[in-house]
Amino acid sequence: MTAALELSRLSVSFPGQPDRLRVIEGIDLAVGPGEVVGLVGESGSGKSVTALAAMRLLPSVARIDAGAVHLGGRDIVGASRQELLRIRGAEIAMIFQEPMTSLNPLFRAGFQIGETLEVHLGLSRAEARRRAIELMRAVGIPAPEVRVDDYPHQLSGGMRQRVMIAMAMACRPKVLIADEPTTALDVTIQAQILQLMRRLREESGMGILLITHDLGVVAGMADRVVVMYAGMVMEEAPVRSLYAMPHHPYSRLLLKAIPRVRERADRLNQIAGTTPPASRFPSGCRFHPRCPDAIDRCRMELPPLETMPDGRKSRCWRTGEAGLPSMST
Amino acid sequence: MKPLLEARALSVHFPVRGTSMSGDSRLLRAVDGVDIEIGAGETLGIVGESGCGKTTLGRAILRLLEPTGGSIRFDGMDVTRATGAALAPLRKSVQAVFQDPFGSLNPRMRVSDIIGEPLRNLGWPRPRISARVAEVMEIVGLPPEYASRHPHAFSGGQRQRIGIARALAPSPRLIVCDEAVSALDVSIQAQILNLLKDIQRDFGVAYLFVSHNLAVVRHLSHRVAVMYLGRIVELCDEGRLYTAPLHPYTTALLSAVPEPDPERPNRPVVLEGDLPSPIDPPPGCTFHTRCPVAKPDCRATAPALREIEPGRFVRCHFPGSFRQAEVTS
Repeated sequence: MTAALELSRLSVSFPGQPDRLRVIEGIDLAVGPGEVVGLVGESGSGKSVTALAAMRLLPSVARIDAGAVHLGGRDIVGASRQELLRIRGAEIAMIFQEPMTSLNPLFRAGFQIGETLEVHLGLSRAEARRRAIELMRAVGIPAPEVRVDDYPHQLSGGMRQRVMIAMAMACRPKVLIADEPTTALDVTIQAQILQLMRRLREESGMGILLITHDLGVVAGMADRVVVMYAGMVMEEAPVRSLYAMPHHPYSRLLLKAIPRVRERADRLNQIAGTTPPASRFPSGCRFHPRCPDAIDRCRMELPPLETMPDGRKSRCWRTGEAGLPSMST
Repeated sequence: MKPLLEARALSVHFPVRGTSMSGDSRLLRAVDGVDIEIGAGETLGIVGESGCGKTTLGRAILRLLEPTGGSIRFDGMDVTRATGAALAPLRKSVQAVFQDPFGSLNPRMRVSDIIGEPLRNLGWPRPRISARVAEVMEIVGLPPEYASRHPHAFSGGQRQRIGIARALAPSPRLIVCDEAVSALDVSIQAQILNLLKDIQRDFGVAYLFVSHNLAVVRHLSHRVAVMYLGRIVELCDEGRLYTAPLHPYTTALLSAVPEPDPERPNRPVVLEGDLPSPIDPPPGCTFHTRCPVAKPDCRATAPALREIEPGRFVRCHFPGSFRQAEVTS
């Protein structure tokens, strides 16, 4: 089975003093058809840069230093602007956290949905409008015949995100990248949008790369999870095994740091220190300054992202050892 | 025992001009008849979605907004309309920590000046201010050498520590925390939540903890109030509220929180529609338009907030008619 989207050994840098800053390093990640892959990490982990690189939407100062982005089997790292315009929207689409800033305030919602169809499928304005109404209905916008003429400011946050999703779905892309799609929404509206995304995945068979900091959202949505920290993939595993038995100390500590709504812990497990900026990524394992399991080797040598017999991957010299400090509560 | 803070029938209404057909001004009832009490050393959590009035309530308690109705008593004294010298005890004893650790610190001031500002306002002599600043910096875990730096040099978590140190400096008896950990990454959020708990244990300070994050509120609060369209719909101790909510909105809200547990995913009660406008709230029970168990009575008459068990307040004609059990099993 070929992946719908596959990033291999992808590295991206931004200008810095004195040298360029490598913000993501050697990212390996694949999304199969109909699969939801959760990409989780904290601020500065590089998850959004990874997503923008996959769309070839990085700002012009950024550079893809190495690696490949395969979309339907073909590498788009060298693709021209023309080719990218053809690909984006048609084969791969993206939705963002804040739909208000991603929608054009000067154009009606229906026009913005239909525009994609005019550009990619050559539909007429009238056909595009009809199809936009259908799409709006499919994403659960009530009275789409009326709403089609609304401007973004006339829509609520949840409705705007539905419009974004309708735009993204318009040309039935094979891959959808969703960057914190529900982070700006209230919890009851988030539940509506997540339910919609699950349904569209079932119906369309598209692969979804779901980028989020919310380990609750990932648990309910993803088939597989990739955990990033300081520009690198630290762990990759099927969702259930990751939550049941995280292999990397970072994933382990992160899961224990979340307050739960179902139980009240007296104290939360906290991870000491802060996430480093790209200008100060540590030597060796990038998590070692905050890791309770760190040994000398971790300070000196970068561990590889190793594939274990069960197919899971972990970037830690001590994966497989028992009785590590990070395992105690 | 007399409560430290007592708000009775507290309302904050804003005139909104030109929203009705006749062009008359109408009222946005941001906070509409709220009764709360906070005991010394207690944490009262306020949860609700955007626009429910939780932030306005916090600001009214801080007297940053003028209440348009009702009363606020602090330590037995009516401070609802206090000004000048009469307001001084409140200004010393009630402090605030806000969400945005970037926006709430003056970038031109040094850390020591930021933390010492409330003390200067209270007229403390300089040597005493320096001593107290050093003391609170140690309490919140900021190294002394940070005192002469400017806030831009710090990460989000450290900035929030600066904000907490500033709030703590005049030894307040109540701190209003408005989304105090919402902008922080999970690993940092856990550090700050633990810090807030330690401060309460060591200094007996009370918190009014306002947040949209139900898990965070549960973790920190002794009692919790759920707000909807400017009113409290349910208020009781954390244990009963989270394990057996009686208001259908509380039940729906709790069910919508994504659990970080793929083995036991949450089953959200998906509420239809968006939040109604607080300018034109629905008649009767304001939740009836989205309530999964609304009956004709609910449209006709507004329920009062009733104490249906000792210490347990619910604003619903049919409390408990929609139970969590139906959701999770």
